[in-house]
Amino acid sequence: MVDGPLHPDALVRARGLTKAFGDFVAVDGVDFEVRRGEVFGFLGPNGAGKTSTMRMISCVSPSTGGELSVLHLDPRTDGPAIRSRIGVVPQEDNLDTELSVWDNFIVYGRYFGLPRRVLRERAQELLEFARLTDRRDDRVDPLSGGMKRRLTIARALINDPDLVLLDEPTTGLDPQARHLLWDRLYGLKRRGVTLIITTHYMDEAEQLCDRLVVMDQGRIVDEGSPRELIHRHVTPEVIELRFAEPAEQEAALSSAGEAAERIEVLADRLLLYTRDAEATHRALAERSIEPLTELTRRASLEDVFLALTGRTLEE
Amino acid sequence: MSVQDLVDHGRIAPPLDPRKRFLRLTERNVVGYVRAWPILLTGVVEPFLYLLSIGIGVGALVGDVTYAGRQVPYETFVASGMLATAAMNGAVFDTTFNFFIRLRYAKLYDAILATPLEPRDVALGEVTWALMRGTFYSAAFLVTMALFGLTESWWAVAALPATVLIGAAFASIGLAGATYLRSFLDFDFVNLAITPMFLFSATFFPLSQYPDALATVIRFTPLYQGVALCRALTTGEVGVGLLVHVAYLLAMVAVGVAVASRRIDGLLRS
Ligand SMILES: Nc1ncnc2c1ncn2[C@@H]1O[C@H](COP(=O)(O)OP(=O)(O)OP(=O)(O)O)[C@@H](O)[C@H]1O
Ligand SMILES: [Mg+2]
Repeated sequence: MVDGPLHPDALVRARGLTKAFGDFVAVDGVDFEVRRGEVFGFLGPNGAGKTSTMRMISCVSPSTGGELSVLHLDPRTDGPAIRSRIGVVPQEDNLDTELSVWDNFIVYGRYFGLPRRVLRERAQELLEFARLTDRRDDRVDPLSGGMKRRLTIARALINDPDLVLLDEPTTGLDPQARHLLWDRLYGLKRRGVTLIITTHYMDEAEQLCDRLVVMDQGRIVDEGSPRELIHRHVTPEVIELRFAEPAEQEAALSSAGEAAERIEVLADRLLLYTRDAEATHRALAERSIEPLTELTRRASLEDVFLALTGRTLEE
Repeated sequence: MSVQDLVDHGRIAPPLDPRKRFLRLTERNVVGYVRAWPILLTGVVEPFLYLLSIGIGVGALVGDVTYAGRQVPYETFVASGMLATAAMNGAVFDTTFNFFIRLRYAKLYDAILATPLEPRDVALGEVTWALMRGTFYSAAFLVTMALFGLTESWWAVAALPATVLIGAAFASIGLAGATYLRSFLDFDFVNLAITPMFLFSATFFPLSQYPDALATVIRFTPLYQGVALCRALTTGEVGVGLLVHVAYLLAMVAVGVAVASRRIDGLLRS
């Protein structure tokens, strides 16, 4: 799946990487490379194997097959050294609920062996990063879900990592906090930090990721930049048609024919993929197809996913 | 490329000394307890209660008992048993309960294993903390004993490291055991293990008072090692034989830490 020869600047390199839990194969021989300085994404539905893959990269879960190198080191033998150079934002927050917000930074930083003087400076910056300066001395428990998420993300940066792994970082954040986090992630990228993120949000993947892989049932189904993937698998424009009755949708489908390049049938709507939305609209009118609502939009990674797997991401 | 190559090329900071990493978790517990320091004071009040209720009260009724071939006041005899028991209880209850919550609910160790620390550091770090706290409690207990006139020799000072060892042994085994607990209901098993030891480890009577068969079994139980050690030291009846008890308790530490480390690894790094 990886194009071309081994990239010299690959910070993470997986070949046939596999994770099995008993008989169940959660990650089924995946190949990928994450290059220095890029934002790399794992996109896929629930249970695709994103978290399992992230846990192998962060050296908290041993692989059961294949090869993996992280920061040019081997997770099987150099776990502590690798972990000292990465930041991990797990899917579920695991803040230290017995400690205050401030001590969460300091104590976590001490696990990396950093001196207190350095930590006090960084903690102050990261408090601002997480916009929690006024909650500095509060316990973690009473923070809101979004605040905890921001604290978890900020805490992962305490060791000034070269590589940051973010497993669904924006789940639970309000739209404003989400956009702010995107800004912060761009900031990290500008400083040369390599980021790996998983997400269900298509807009997030399109905004943030330089390259991404689409995962489904433990396999990588395709790989590329968001733009490449869209170009490769779908047309630039999509028309969504909704009908009052399933029977009407049925009828429209059988007569739509050549109006679009490809038609996807979902439970509640038809998706018409086209290079020329105007022409498709005219063709629909000629066939007197009259949907309840009609929405024309640009194709997204959601459409790529549908084309690749035959399923939508929400399913 | 090896880690050393990368360090040499200045690509990464030198890793934490693996032998000292566990101290980071101990440090975390110290930070957490600085805020909750009144809890520590309970450890000072406890020995007064133990010694007043059982030792002094019952001692007046019982009189002397025969220990090491001589007559010893009952309260002196039983105080050393209480000392060892308190060291065990402190280690087992504080360690297993806190550890269980952190392991199963608070996800503390999941967070820690994403840092350079390893499962063994978690086990060692928690045992070390239990040991520090235990030292504080035991010191309070010993001072109280001395104030009540329940120590008969300067060897009693050596009972402090002995209780630290008892605490480490039971904390280690407690940690290993706690990895097998699935819910709070399972804590009944902890009581089931502790209570008979408390009652039947020559804590209250000399070993000679037990039937021979039972006495033989008791000689091999963990708490008996601690009781025998503390009693010998506080009464000054010291001999080379005590090293057997020391070795037994050290073995408990080694086995407990090894099992706990493996279990933590298995549970959290699936
Ligand atoms: N510890 C485990 N034991 C057994 N099966 C597991 C374990 N962890 C994950 N799995 C299984 O592996 C599969 C992949 O899970 P994973 O968490 O990697 O998916 P994901 O892509 O992160 O999904 P989501 O979007 O829901 O977070 C799932 O079927 C899950 O049930
Ligand atoms: Mg996941």
